[in-house]
Amino acid sequence: MGNVIGIGAAPKRKEDQRFLTGRGNYVSDIKRPGMTAGVFVRSPHGHAILRGIDKAAALASPGVIAVLTGDDVKADGLGSLPCGWGISDAKGVPMKEPPFPMLAQGKVRFVGDMVAFVVAETPEQANAGAELLNIDYEVLPSVIGVLEAVRPNAPQLFDDVPDNICCDWELGDKAAVESAFRRAAHVARLSLVNNRLIGNPMEPRAAIAEYEPGTDRFTLWTTSQFPHVVRFLMGALVLNIPQHKLRVVAPDVGGGFGVKQFHYGEEAVITWAAKRVKRPVKWVASRSEGYVSDRHGRDHVTEAELALDENGRFLAFRVNTLANMGGYLSTFGPNIPTNLYGPLLGGVYTTPAIYCNVKVVFTNTVPVDAYRGAGRPEATFVLERIVDVAAAEMGIDRVEIRRRNMIPKEAYPYQTPVLVQYDSGDPMGCLDGALEAADVKGFGVRKAASAGKGKFRGLGYSTYVEACGLAPSRFAGRLGARGGLYESATVRVHPTGQVTVMIGTHNHGQGHETTFAQIVSDKLGVAFENVDIVFGDTDRVQFGMGTYGSRSLVVGGAALSKATDKVIAKGKKIASHLLEAAEADIQFESGKFSVAGTDRMKTFEEIAGAAYVPHDYPLEVLEPGLEEQAYYDPVNFTYPGGCHIAEVEVDPETGTVTLVNYTAVDDVGTVINPMIVEGQLHGGIVQGVGQALFENAVYDEGSGQLLSGSLMDYCVPRADHMPMMKVATHATLCTHTPMGVKGCGEVGTIGSPAAVINAVVDALSHLGVTHVDMPATPNRIWRLLQNASLPVAAE
Amino acid sequence: MKPCAYHQPVQIPDAAKLLTSIEDSKLLAGGMTLIPTLKQRLANPPALVDLSRLGSLKGISGDGATITIGAMTPHAVVAASKLVQAKIPGLAALASMIGDPAVRSRGTIGGSVANNDPAADYPAGVLGLGATIITSMREIAADEFFLGLFETALEAGEIITAIRFPVPLRAGYAKFKAPASRYALVGVFVAKFADGVRVAVTGAGPGVFRVPPMEAALSLNFDPSAIAAIKIDTDGLTSDIHAEADYRAHLVTVMAKRAGDAALV
Repeated sequence: MGNVIGIGAAPKRKEDQRFLTGRGNYVSDIKRPGMTAGVFVRSPHGHAILRGIDKAAALASPGVIAVLTGDDVKADGLGSLPCGWGISDAKGVPMKEPPFPMLAQGKVRFVGDMVAFVVAETPEQANAGAELLNIDYEVLPSVIGVLEAVRPNAPQLFDDVPDNICCDWELGDKAAVESAFRRAAHVARLSLVNNRLIGNPMEPRAAIAEYEPGTDRFTLWTTSQFPHVVRFLMGALVLNIPQHKLRVVAPDVGGGFGVKQFHYGEEAVITWAAKRVKRPVKWVASRSEGYVSDRHGRDHVTEAELALDENGRFLAFRVNTLANMGGYLSTFGPNIPTNLYGPLLGGVYTTPAIYCNVKVVFTNTVPVDAYRGAGRPEATFVLERIVDVAAAEMGIDRVEIRRRNMIPKEAYPYQTPVLVQYDSGDPMGCLDGALEAADVKGFGVRKAASAGKGKFRGLGYSTYVEACGLAPSRFAGRLGARGGLYESATVRVHPTGQVTVMIGTHNHGQGHETTFAQIVSDKLGVAFENVDIVFGDTDRVQFGMGTYGSRSLVVGGAALSKATDKVIAKGKKIASHLLEAAEADIQFESGKFSVAGTDRMKTFEEIAGAAYVPHDYPLEVLEPGLEEQAYYDPVNFTYPGGCHIAEVEVDPETGTVTLVNYTAVDDVGTVINPMIVEGQLHGGIVQGVGQALFENAVYDEGSGQLLSGSLMDYCVPRADHMPMMKVATHATLCTHTPMGVKGCGEVGTIGSPAAVINAVVDALSHLGVTHVDMPATPNRIWRLLQNASLPVAAE
Repeated sequence: MKPCAYHQPVQIPDAAKLLTSIEDSKLLAGGMTLIPTLKQRLANPPALVDLSRLGSLKGISGDGATITIGAMTPHAVVAASKLVQAKIPGLAALASMIGDPAVRSRGTIGGSVANNDPAADYPAGVLGLGATIITSMREIAADEFFLGLFETALEAGEIITAIRFPVPLRAGYAKFKAPASRYALVGVFVAKFADGVRVAVTGAGPGVFRVPPMEAALSLNFDPSAIAAIKIDTDGLTSDIHAEADYRAHLVTVMAKRAGDAALV
């Protein structure tokens, strides 16, 4: 008999037993009888007209079963890959939404665009066949950068998208902002680039599809963060498969970071191909293939201006951004640099007027979509950088200028001028906690010690807020969402009192099997080991929107909490009958239903037994069984936030930036499992540090070749890049989620890039450096030092 | 990878014969470059001639004046060798900086030198120490061996069997790692002998090269700060997404100074 392990405890993760002993079940582990192998033939050109494809030699190659191309897709009347968000410009004109065929038709628009699918008996034979495909391309000039893409004579990706602009989006009161700028005592200005990133989940994407003629059913196993959404988008909108004839399974998935929360063309092609070849088809991406096909993240160019009064109070904030969408609109693409960006530009400050314009631009690059943080790291970076610029220009201490503008704890709920209303928060408390934990008082001594070694030391702050758990469906619908944003959970109590939970979120590294089991264990008083969490299978789980945007605990956990409450409510009715007491007198605590003020009680197991063996049971008014379901649609976003402090040392000889200390004090609301929260914060921070110091997706402008197309050229952060981090939480409880939770999956990635770059700029400020673009590579820092206004030798 | 024949000879002449008789066949040493190339289908040799059964190609020996390292000796063995650590600590340090533990366990000195990757570490050590490359046919001085980007003096059918290093008075290696690959963005090996100093640079250009002005300055006075002012011409240096040529040139000076410092420790 195990123990209750409840909210706030830190048990080791249930799922790690199978992961660490090699017993996980990933898509590439799955083998189906008669399985064939598929490979995708991808465009080697950034931009080209597709003149024709000669399949003959490939089809004659040993073992090749089928070669499918865009013409076959067209002939079968299949749909385009759908975009889940439809945004509009200021006049209400909808975004340009050119078709995204699952296999290219007429034109290819990025290196990696899918041109054909070759199915063979073995992967080797499929690869050999693919090499024999004769594809006639007429190569066109590529356009890669957003600045270049909107120039008058830029290559045009689509005939009906002038200047490659998908949407000219805006948010905020432009006139009020202009008026405030006229009154300003000081205006800080900053131009910056938010570098393009590639997610690099540990497990590359993979899929297997199977068609059963006997039942006319399809099954797709896929490395997805949201199998139900794939079922809907692919079944209803691309392949015309009725929902009840399509099962989508996302088994163990080795990391996502957003990369796996889209419906990819590969999924549709494989499912379609499985019926055509009448055998299961399997595809497993190589890492190289992932680089040119996994959706990329970020990629903004921004001009920002902050108006301040003579005391350094923010009067208005104006932001103009060009956001790269890549060659087509991916599932969430246009939502990320707009709805998940503009509303975060208020940050933790009382800025009364904000205006944001975002031009969403097509280029000959991999489609850009959500990557951990998605829009919010970009907003935080712009805001937290320009606050430092303003402080420096006005001669105000960086912490002091933040304090002067921070929303006080008492002012919550706080309505910002950019749509969102923060329910709760205490940015000042997080700041004070971080200042203490980071030993900011001792920084001067550490800086002097660094100087003694010829190094420049800098300290950087980021006081930030983000928005998680996207959001009331009604609100999201107004912003352009084409789907709902609720979550569902079913709590199935077995006759013996053990519990199976079916939930619509997806666990791919976040520890849900542990966190959710703790919630159930806590609330129902059943042993932790007697709770299993089922996810990732549309045949087993009722419905769900999946895992992204730090929503799993906030929205999924809320659904689970509500379903658990329903179990307790029904249990009380059963107990009231068995204990012959009024329902209102039944209390439930620590797994026992009791009559208030007496020692008469029934255990949770006894009630479960009675529900399934209803001999003595109020069958006239109550159904047998003990299984409850809840759908939860959030009433607001949640707003985690906090203060991150980075400390760096710069070696002026080589330009190397070393992160020497990192402190984060975050408000994530109620913490269910502190160990898992700490792990999420660590991972998030490391990815943010990766963006700040190491990661950069680089294309060749004319040819559209991805130059950083492997782990040899794209630098992901490694353990030895990181100091031991100091991570703590400072909770204010969310006022509208059932348990007061706010979400923690992305906060690290959102808060950290600005903290690190602010520290780098601080380290170099004595040389006149006012901004450093990401990633702050040694070459880039050395170049800045060469051009610095004071000679390095003066130190 | 595409299918190919696989041979595992136990005698050097047999290996050489396979290599010459099967056109376009490839020698397989540690496979740290070849295997990824095959996996990506970028090479399609009809046969691989695996050298791992050639026992005579493994091991480290010394005679006081020289150290000889068998071609199939993995980097980790060189790094951990008491003999190398005692006689040429800079070379042991170089071996310890190659790749990661998996690469150091599989990758071999012969494979690295034969491949002559422009950013590999060993070419700097071999050229910097003025080593001799011993092959199945002859002995080749390091100065005649490295011929630029992936090119060497090796003839068809010629197999490196060992590398013989003269023991210097002091030697040091300093490497600025490329952030992603951890190859040398710039690596400099400095070795002091009774008759002068040699300075060899890897990573900065299309192949390993020596820096005569630094050698002259250090030969005159082995004080690393003396070379801090010696600038390298950017002509012919590599420019890529990780580092521009002038930054690499600057790093050559910085790393040469640090290699000199390491030699003095």
